Parts: sequence; structure tokens; C-alpha cells
Amino acid sequence: MRTVSTRRTERLLNLVICLLASRSYLTAERIREIVPGYDETPSDEAFKRAFERDKEDLRDLGIPLETGTNSAFDDEPGYRIARGDYALPPLTFAPDEAAAVGLAARMWTTAAMGAAATRALRKLEAAGVEMVALPDGLQPRVEATGAAFPALAAAVHEGRVVTFDYRTGASTGEPARRTVEPWGLVVRRGRWYLVGHDRDRAATRVFRLSRIVGTPRATGGAGAVTRPADLDLTGAVASYDAEAPSATATVRIRAGRGLGLRRMATDTTPAGDGWDAVRIPFGDAERLADQVLPYGDDAVVVEPAEAVDAVVFRLRALAETLGAGRAGA
Amino acid sequence: MSGATDHLPRLLALVPWIVSHPDTPVGDVAQQFGVTEEQIRKDLDLLFVCGLPGYGPGDLMEVVYDGDRVSMSNADTISRPLRLAPDEALALIAALRALLGTPGLVETGAVDRALAKLEAAAGGHVDGAELAVAADEPVAPAVVESVRAATVAGRRVRMRYWVPARDEATDRDVDPIRVFTSGGAVYLVGWDRSVDDVRTFRLDRALAVEVLDVAAEVPAEARERGPDDRVFTPSADDRLITVELSDRARWVADYYPCESVRESPGGGLVVTMRARDDAWVRRLALALAGIARVVEPADLAAAARDAARSALGAYAPYAEQD
Repeated sequence: MRTVSTRRTERLLNLVICLLASRSYLTAERIREIVPGYDETPSDEAFKRAFERDKEDLRDLGIPLETGTNSAFDDEPGYRIARGDYALPPLTFAPDEAAAVGLAARMWTTAAMGAAATRALRKLEAAGVEMVALPDGLQPRVEATGAAFPALAAAVHEGRVVTFDYRTGASTGEPARRTVEPWGLVVRRGRWYLVGHDRDRAATRVFRLSRIVGTPRATGGAGAVTRPADLDLTGAVASYDAEAPSATATVRIRAGRGLGLRRMATDTTPAGDGWDAVRIPFGDAERLADQVLPYGDDAVVVEPAEAVDAVVFRLRALAETLGAGRAGA
Repeated sequence: MSGATDHLPRLLALVPWIVSHPDTPVGDVAQQFGVTEEQIRKDLDLLFVCGLPGYGPGDLMEVVYDGDRVSMSNADTISRPLRLAPDEALALIAALRALLGTPGLVETGAVDRALAKLEAAAGGHVDGAELAVAADEPVAPAVVESVRAATVAGRRVRMRYWVPARDEATDRDVDPIRVFTSGGAVYLVGWDRSVDDVRTFRLDRALAVEVLDVAAEVPAEARERGPDDRVFTPSADDRLITVELSDRARWVADYYPCESVRESPGGGLVVTMRARDDAWVRRLALALAGIARVVEPADLAAAARDAARSALGAYAPYAEQD
């Protein structure tokens, strides 16, 4: 038993083959005569509707349907598909290139993107690329991005404004609607970010894709977004993540301790009595405090004063917490 | 998308794929296309009755079975695949760019060459300038490269590894099982010979790595354990702690596995989580000093306060007195 959907797939497939095989343009009437399935349409009107819908579907699938006439004397337009525009050109990948592509295809943790990558691999293979067996035990991953990634990539490409709901902070936070002129997507440390102009805040903003709720919606026409000429996408994301170092702190660290801090150091000198003096570049005193605090009395910021104050202020807050009451903000 | 518009792209890919891979078991075709074997058989039944106008025996596509293996012929018109759809090109190009962000895991030159070919094949659907990669991973590429090479070659590694919870460096010999990335960090899962068990190591904490001229020996049962990408798997035996997070410490709920998360007035959260050990809790409490508070158990809350007092004592010579 063939279902309606199967019969329609057959009709579309026969239509594609027929239009690819024909060098001349075929009129709708001719197509109706030769492609099986259209004979099932009960009236001219029904045929027109079915054929219009089929044309639209083929174009949506990226099949380059051409319209034209075979001679100046034809009044009716016809249709064909140029093979050169239809087919993926032959491709050759060296084994190391094929291995990189194979590994990349495994990176998605979002089902829709993973499926798109798999479809792409099958097409590459059908175009002549020989995929290679990947070594066991390598599993690079990018953070899941739900439906946000393809939607935003399309909006960036088309230069369309997007709106989406965005969570700040932890997963239970209330999402807020944002309207953004999207400039580009950046992957940093396995996470995807959108960089763009936030219309509500009238400023450049960076958004983490995993915090976008639902599917971003493109609004307005294509080409409405202009990317600044001096745009530095990765720079924007780096400064969102951490202030660029603007000063250097001196931190006393007990010998053999504070290994995490020592790895950030530009300079280490013994300070006597089993202590080292370590120089650490920092941008924001609060962030430096975040990094020094976990070491307790094994790491002591000596200067500058603003960094010392930032750590001491927070240690006092912890030392003075009582058995009950709120955590300070 | 309707059934037909979902289905047609697969058929248009299936035909050239089978034409270029004749005599493939139907089960393998199904696996490659991520659908059931039954679905592939239905697809083949459909292809059987399609072809060139005329639709006589010489016009229809031919599907030939040899036992369980399938080949196709008389399909010249669609024997080349349709160009990559925008989402297909995007899925590969974006992931390759992401791979560039972890130097050492792949040979960067090969990724660059593959990217150039794919971007050309994508025909303007994907623009590299719109997808950027920040290659500022905190892991030394040489460390990743050594561990990757050892994993692929099945060799033992000797690692000097920093344990943050105890703030000490330890030396261990590890037989690699798997390398994975998560949240931007690169991890090695391996058989740790010092404890005779599977351990996960964050490679930005590997202070030095040496690939030994010794074959890795991973017990079969350890290798067969399911992929566990989680860095810390809480166990029911670990102590349950309650932490009050202010709005500035909400990220903690994103970062650590929590047993429960509850909103609190003022934009904060109250979370419960399993503690690895007491030293880990003390370190967490210090890291979150002033923006979060361990509420329970009481002895750990008290230990955190004591740690803060002790640190304040160390600041006495440097901090302004009030």
C-alpha cells in the first residue's frame, strides 16, 4: 500500500529526473503529460495547484529550477534543471583532510546539527570523497546550542535582525526578550557566542547560545544589518569572558602550593621563610580575588591595594557569616 | 516540512551514494544514513519505480540485490549528489572551525585545507568571516598533542598532574582510554595505575606529560564502560551540602551538578549538591567568599569560616586596619 506521501515523493523524484534529463525547457502541460502522478489530479485547477506546490518544494530544497522559453516564438514558459548547477562538483580530500572532516562531523551535541553533518558526509562520499576510519578514543565536542545555532547563522548570513529570549545567570533565571543586529558567531573554549548590536541597550553585546531559550526569530528584511568595518569578533568574546590584563599584582604563595596561580605568573622569586613572591597580571581586582581566594592562607595578595582590599573584603564577609541569615551580594 | 520534502533529499543522496558504493550491505547503508534498515528497503522499493519519462524497463532505475548487498544502475541522471544545503555546509564548516580552537587535537593544516575546499563547495552559503574561532584554549597544544598521540597509538603516559582540591602536584602513570572535550576543556580518561581504576584528567592541569615507550594496558572491563563525559560523577555516599548563592554566584548552579535548585528572594539560589570531600567544600566556600555561603552541614560551614579567619590573619601585615 503506497501512502499519499510516498506517491508525492515518487512524483517529485520523477519530476527532478525528468527536468534534469531534458535539455530544453518543458512546459507545465508537457510535464503533466509525461511525469507520472500528475495524471491523478482531477482537474486543471488541481494540477496547477499541485505543480505550483511541487515547484516551491524543489526550490526550498535548494534544487535550481530554471524558467525560460526554448525560442522567441514560445509564449508559455517552460522548466528545466541545469545539471551543472544541481550537482556538487567532484571533490578530492587528502586522508588527513577527510579525517578532520570526519572528526568535525562528530562534534555536534545538538541532534539537528549532527544530522545535517551526517547528510553532508554522505553527499561528500557520493561526490568522490573517501572518508577514513577515525581513531578510537577521540571525542571533541561543542556545547549544545539547540535550534539557536542554525537560526542565528542564517540571520547573520542574510543580515537580518533577530529577537530571542535570553537567560542570564543560572538555568532557572527568568529569560528576557532581546532584539539584536547579529554580526557573527564565535566559538571559544567549546562554547558558541553571538556578537551583535543589542538594540534595546544600544551597545555591542555578546550572547552565549546555550542561554537562548527556543528558536531565535528573524524579523525585517535581508541586508538590514551592517557589520562594523573594524569588527573584532573574537576580541569581543574574549573581553566578555575576562577583562584584559591592565595591571600586575604581587602575590605571596607558600612554596609548593598555589599551583593554579603559579601557572598564571609572569615571574616567580623566592621570598624567604618558605614563601615565593609571584607576579600575576590581572584586569579586574574582583576577578583576581576569585582566583586567589580558593587558596586560603596559602596565597596572600601583597599589592596593589585595590587587589588586597578586594580579597580582604570578601574574606571578612565569609569569616563573619553566621549560622543563619543571607549570603551577602 | 512535509513527509515528501523530508524524504526527497534522502533519496537524492541515497542514489549517488549507492552508485558510488556498489555491493554494500543494506544494514551498512542504513547506518550511514542514520535510518532503519526497513526504511532503506522502502526507499529502494520506491526508487525501483522511478526513472526517465517513458518509464519502461530501460528507463527505470535498477536496484540489484546480491543476497543482502545492494547496488544500483541506470541512474545516470541523478548519479551526482545535490549541492550541500546551507545547514549541511554550516554543520561541517562550523565544527571544523571549532576544531581549530583546540590546537593539538588535530593537525591544523589539514583542517585549514578541508575548510577551504568545503567553503568553495558551499558556494557562498557559508561565509568564514561570520564564524570566528578564538584559539586561546588554556591548554598547552603540546600537552594535548602528546596525549592524543599516546591515545591513538595505545601508549602509556607519565603525567605530573595538579589536584586543585588538595593544591598539590602528583605523578602518575596513565593508560589512555579516550580524549574528549567539554566546556572548552580537554580531558583524558584513562586507567590510572597508581589507584588501579579509571580516572578523568583535565589536561590544563597536566603540568608535564611524557609518552612512555610502554604499551597501554587497559582492563577490558574498564574500556567497555560506557562513555562517561562527566568530569565528576556524584555518588550517593558523598555528603550532601546546602549552599546559598547570591545573584553573583548563580553560575555555580550551571557549573556543578546540583541535586536541587531553588530560587531565593533577591535573585539568588539555594542549591544542594554532593561534596567530593571536605577539602573541596572548604575550597569552594573560599572561592565564593562574600557571594555564597555554605549553610549545611554545620561543621563544613564552620570550617569555611575558620579558613577565612586564618587567611585574614595572613593579610594583617598588608591590609589597612579599620
